[in-house]
Amino acid sequence: MSAFVPPPLPSDDKRWKIVNGTMRKNGFARHALIETLHTVQSSFGYLDDDAIRFVAKSLRVPLSQAYGVVTFYHYFSLKPPGKHTVTICAGTACYIKGADKLVAAAEKRLGIVPGQTTQDSKISLMTARCVGACSRAPVMLCDNEVAGEVTAEAVLEQLERWAVE
Amino acid sequence: MTIEELEQIQESVKAENAKYDYEVNVCMDLACASQGAEKLREALVKAVEASGKTVLVRRTGCMGPCSSGPLVRVDPEATLYHHVKSANAEAIVSSLGGEPVPELQCDLNEHFDKQVRVVLENAGNIDPEKIDDYISRDGYKALLTALIEMTPSGVIHRITESGLRGRGGGGYPTGLKWSTVAKAGGDMKYVVCNGDEGDPGAFMDRSVMEGDPHRVLEGMAIAAYAVGASKGFIYVRAEYPVAVARLTTAIREARRRGLLGSNIGGTTFSFDVEIRLGAGAFVCGEETALIASIEGRRGTPKPRPPYPAVSGLWGKPTLLNNVETYANIAPIMRNGGKWFANMGSERSKGTKVFALTGKITHTGLIEVPLGIKLWEIIEVIGGGVPGGHKLKAIQTGGPSGGCIPADMMGLGVSYDALMAAGSIMGSGGMIVMDDTSCMVNVARFFVEFCMTESCGKCIPCRAGTAQMYTLLTRICDGTGTMEDLELLEEICSTVKEASLCGLGQTAPNPVLSTLKYFRNEYIEHIVHKRCLAGVCNMQVPAEVLA
Repeated sequence: MSAFVPPPLPSDDKRWKIVNGTMRKNGFARHALIETLHTVQSSFGYLDDDAIRFVAKSLRVPLSQAYGVVTFYHYFSLKPPGKHTVTICAGTACYIKGADKLVAAAEKRLGIVPGQTTQDSKISLMTARCVGACSRAPVMLCDNEVAGEVTAEAVLEQLERWAVE
Repeated sequence: MTIEELEQIQESVKAENAKYDYEVNVCMDLACASQGAEKLREALVKAVEASGKTVLVRRTGCMGPCSSGPLVRVDPEATLYHHVKSANAEAIVSSLGGEPVPELQCDLNEHFDKQVRVVLENAGNIDPEKIDDYISRDGYKALLTALIEMTPSGVIHRITESGLRGRGGGGYPTGLKWSTVAKAGGDMKYVVCNGDEGDPGAFMDRSVMEGDPHRVLEGMAIAAYAVGASKGFIYVRAEYPVAVARLTTAIREARRRGLLGSNIGGTTFSFDVEIRLGAGAFVCGEETALIASIEGRRGTPKPRPPYPAVSGLWGKPTLLNNVETYANIAPIMRNGGKWFANMGSERSKGTKVFALTGKITHTGLIEVPLGIKLWEIIEVIGGGVPGGHKLKAIQTGGPSGGCIPADMMGLGVSYDALMAAGSIMGSGGMIVMDDTSCMVNVARFFVEFCMTESCGKCIPCRAGTAQMYTLLTRICDGTGTMEDLELLEEICSTVKEASLCGLGQTAPNPVLSTLKYFRNEYIEHIVHKRCLAGVCNMQVPAEVLA
């Protein structure tokens, strides 16, 4: 039996080299699937069909299994994020302190529901299960920057700042 | 690295620190960081340079009372400053050697007096990115002493003697788990640390991994020696990027010092650790699901037995403990099992870290001896419910736990007492609710969480939680009937009895505990179409009631 040859990189985009690096570091072992998907998402912002196919082929994992893993875990996204992302924490402490009002305010302002991106690809609205900043609930993340004791007004102000950029 | 070399490092850190007249410790944990702690630290460094004083400005892990952040502690006087802004940096530095800055000083003596710090003994005292800081506080001494002076069974004996129980929530005796893995045959075994902390409203493990990462590594290495493993994995939530970064640094530093890797301490023992990222699945807190995830698969649980202790990661005997469990190991090894067993209550020994949040004055991280009364936590350590509101309930154990009503605050916090009250210890989330919280809505919140997080493998959990959610939504909307309530209770018992893993088996707990203590609120919603807390939007028009 001939030795396994990993498929060529999908394009000359340098980010594929980073993805390949993760797989090589793990000896192209099947169990590196989640690690590799993390690298794809942190490099490209999301996972598209080409990426999933490439990773599945490289690690000799059935495509169905790779797709199954991607859709099982909440952290992985199949859609490209907007230029900015506002994430409202929906953990218990945040819920007790009225995170639902923050979500409602953002939904109304942006005209989208959590998980979606505005038509102009500017802003994505997300909710998180818990970011672990419970002592400052309710919490939002503006492009991964944590803000605590947030009011609906503060959410709207942030969205406004992004909208006029 | 030998014990003598460790002691040399300890001495050199002490000598280095002695060069400074003062130490200014800045809490850089998430809560303080989100309020400008990094800028504050920079301002302090600048102010120190300008003053010409010899002051060490140190970044530390969580000091505890997050609601008072950003926090700064000046040593050797141990003066604690709260709500510190960059603009206060000069005042703090110029006060060194004189009187403290009165307007920044805070009196949290009551908050700290009832606490006992074992797991958090270094938090707020060391720079988490410096291995020498950890070594200076007796770090890795327990590991080297165990390797050189003790047998693996001696280590297990000490852990068993301590009475330590799993801090992830289950409360399984740690010594017993270790001895099962130690007895399992085979030349390859694994030690795994669960740092997935999926329980919403809890951040103890994040703070430990970020504030004192070497403590986790040392605990894992001691465990590996005891059970005969040579390879470890830390499974960390991807949502905790700082914890991942700190652990990565810690592993690199420990390898460089020869405290991880081959022939540790000049012995034949070799052990190394790798990080694996979680990807957002609450079910991965279940041990077989977590193992599947490390193997790169969907995190669905498997029926047990076989238990991971016999057949775990890649079919090999695997020891799986939570972050806080490993964090307790080094102090137990240093101070003895009896020392640990002297703290706590009859069947719940030692201390427990809780994330105290919700409607409480002092939110943050606390560590208390088990057996402590709930009212002591709420009234004394937490400073009570703010805003003139009345305490309604305390939620422990997250989506697997329950709500303990205000009239049961005399309850001592232990695994058994919380279980008897219809909740569980859980990993340590403690969410305080006041009269503005609707308990039916709270139950619906947790059921929605479990419904979303159900992996879908077994039907009772997958379909049951969805039906529970539908019924609870109806009750919250004011369209529920008494028959719905009856059906809800029936489904709860089915899901509890018939689900495959802990997620489903405990998913009904928030419903059952609120039904037990707050049944009147359910009745109010169903019969009178009223939500007394004013949380639920009733869909029923007033004329229906007329």
